[in-house]
Amino acid sequence: MGEKRKENAVVVSQEELAGGIYSMWIETEASMSAKPGQFISMYTNDKSKLLPRPISICEIDKEAGRLRVVYRVTGQNTGTEQFAGLRGGDTISVVGPLGNGFPVGQAKGKKAFLIGGGIGVPPILELAKQMDCAKKQIVAGYRDMHTFLKEEFEENGEVYISTEDGSAGTKGNVLDAIREHRLEADIIYACGPTPMLRAIKAFAEEKNIVCYVSLEERMACGIGACLGCVCRTSKKDYHSNVHNSRICKDGPVFLATEVEL
Amino acid sequence: MNMKVNIAGVEWKNPVTVASGTFGSGAEFAEFVDLDRLGAVTTKGVANVPWPGNPTPRVAEVYGGMMNAIGLQNPGIDLFCERDIPFLKQFDTKIIVNVCGKSEEDYCEVVERLADEDVDMLEINISCPNVKEGGIAFGQDPKAAENITRAVKRYAKQPVIMKLSPNVTDIAGMAKAVEAGGADAVSLINTLTGMKIDIHRRTFALANRTGGVSGPAVHPVAVRMVYETAQAVKIPIIGMGGIAGAEDAIEMMLAGASAVSVGTANFHNPAVTMEIVDGIEQYLKENHMEDVRELIGAVR
Repeated sequence: MGEKRKENAVVVSQEELAGGIYSMWIETEASMSAKPGQFISMYTNDKSKLLPRPISICEIDKEAGRLRVVYRVTGQNTGTEQFAGLRGGDTISVVGPLGNGFPVGQAKGKKAFLIGGGIGVPPILELAKQMDCAKKQIVAGYRDMHTFLKEEFEENGEVYISTEDGSAGTKGNVLDAIREHRLEADIIYACGPTPMLRAIKAFAEEKNIVCYVSLEERMACGIGACLGCVCRTSKKDYHSNVHNSRICKDGPVFLATEVEL
Repeated sequence: MNMKVNIAGVEWKNPVTVASGTFGSGAEFAEFVDLDRLGAVTTKGVANVPWPGNPTPRVAEVYGGMMNAIGLQNPGIDLFCERDIPFLKQFDTKIIVNVCGKSEEDYCEVVERLADEDVDMLEINISCPNVKEGGIAFGQDPKAAENITRAVKRYAKQPVIMKLSPNVTDIAGMAKAVEAGGADAVSLINTLTGMKIDIHRRTFALANRTGGVSGPAVHPVAVRMVYETAQAVKIPIIGMGGIAGAEDAIEMMLAGASAVSVGTANFHNPAVTMEIVDGIEQYLKENHMEDVRELIGAVR
């Protein structure tokens, strides 16, 4: 029998951090082997919605056997609004941890950028907590003044903020914040929307900095079987034997130089 | 109690396999499922050369199901024989290799290559709705389906299952055509062609615009088509389409299927196939039935 399973996790707590952004702690076996940058598949109780929602892991508490997920409710009838309705003591079906996670150890002795944008911000928190590096510079990009997780980032490194509307930190995107503060790094870890990752990849190539990006795509199985969530790769991938890698299984974290964005 | 079924001379330990494309070659699901407990593993379609598949997004959720347009991405037959068959040989289950192609020559090349491989059955995909050049070109015209079946049979050393498309007006006619071409079994249904439009982005949900609909939403269509096929042909039927639990599997067998494939439900619960095997056994017990074969075509 396989060693993994779909499990009924128990909700410990839930709170709304900002408009539509929720934070939920769950008690789950998945916490035992979870690493920053990995995700879990979360299932709704609605029989008309079959597919899991892949949600990144925001914090890991191995001692208490808990994981924290911070996610956005994307609208009515999307399934995520059901997650937001869960309260302490409720259960939720999950599978995980899934994906490869960030190579945290690569940052040892280096000046690092930990960059999150939008709903790509949450996985940066556990990464920041676990990272042991010479200089930890967390750059978080938001739409507006609702800078969720900012205080928790401040306990784990230097924090720089950008907002699209300029209501907090640098007006613009994360790269605008990096330029305004004249920040420098030897290694980059980034998670966020594809246009942001594309810009960061170009920035890293221009400055010749090692850069890891965490990608997202519509997923079905979440475990590498269905080939729904592939990304284009520069080299031929061993599993697919074509220039495609599976984001759910071979990723979501890739060396920026190895993927086409 | 007997759970064994015989499909075209191949004995399966139980009537449950997986639908091609939902299970890879089993490696990913082996972490969740005891592959020894499956009647057979049906692999993702494999072609003569590697195929890159369609652009993303390739999948979307719809009410009671999903849509996909993967485009038959596959590593090609050489790597498949070198890596995937040896992996599956570690398990005590039958191996069904799903074969795809863009021309008669493509199909025959793969089938000939598999003749010397230690696999149990071949499933010929003439019904993929997501690849323009091939697959479906053979699956919507009875004469073309009969001809490709006959061509493949010339090279095949293993029993040949022809996988049929529901995107036809007369499923029984298609089944009779492949039976006339020499098919040893049929499997149905492949996915139903559909479309989903994202009203917020005002564009297609899938990059391919259309995709194949699967999941519980299509189950009644599949049951009807399996029933009609069972009335028309003598060869065994592997029934699939929206099977999400033992009840659906039993229903499909009562309609005339000798075995069933579980597809989209694997994405909802990676271990669902085990629950279906257990659920069928439980049903037989509760109904004082000694043999799972009593279910096959029992409703007429």
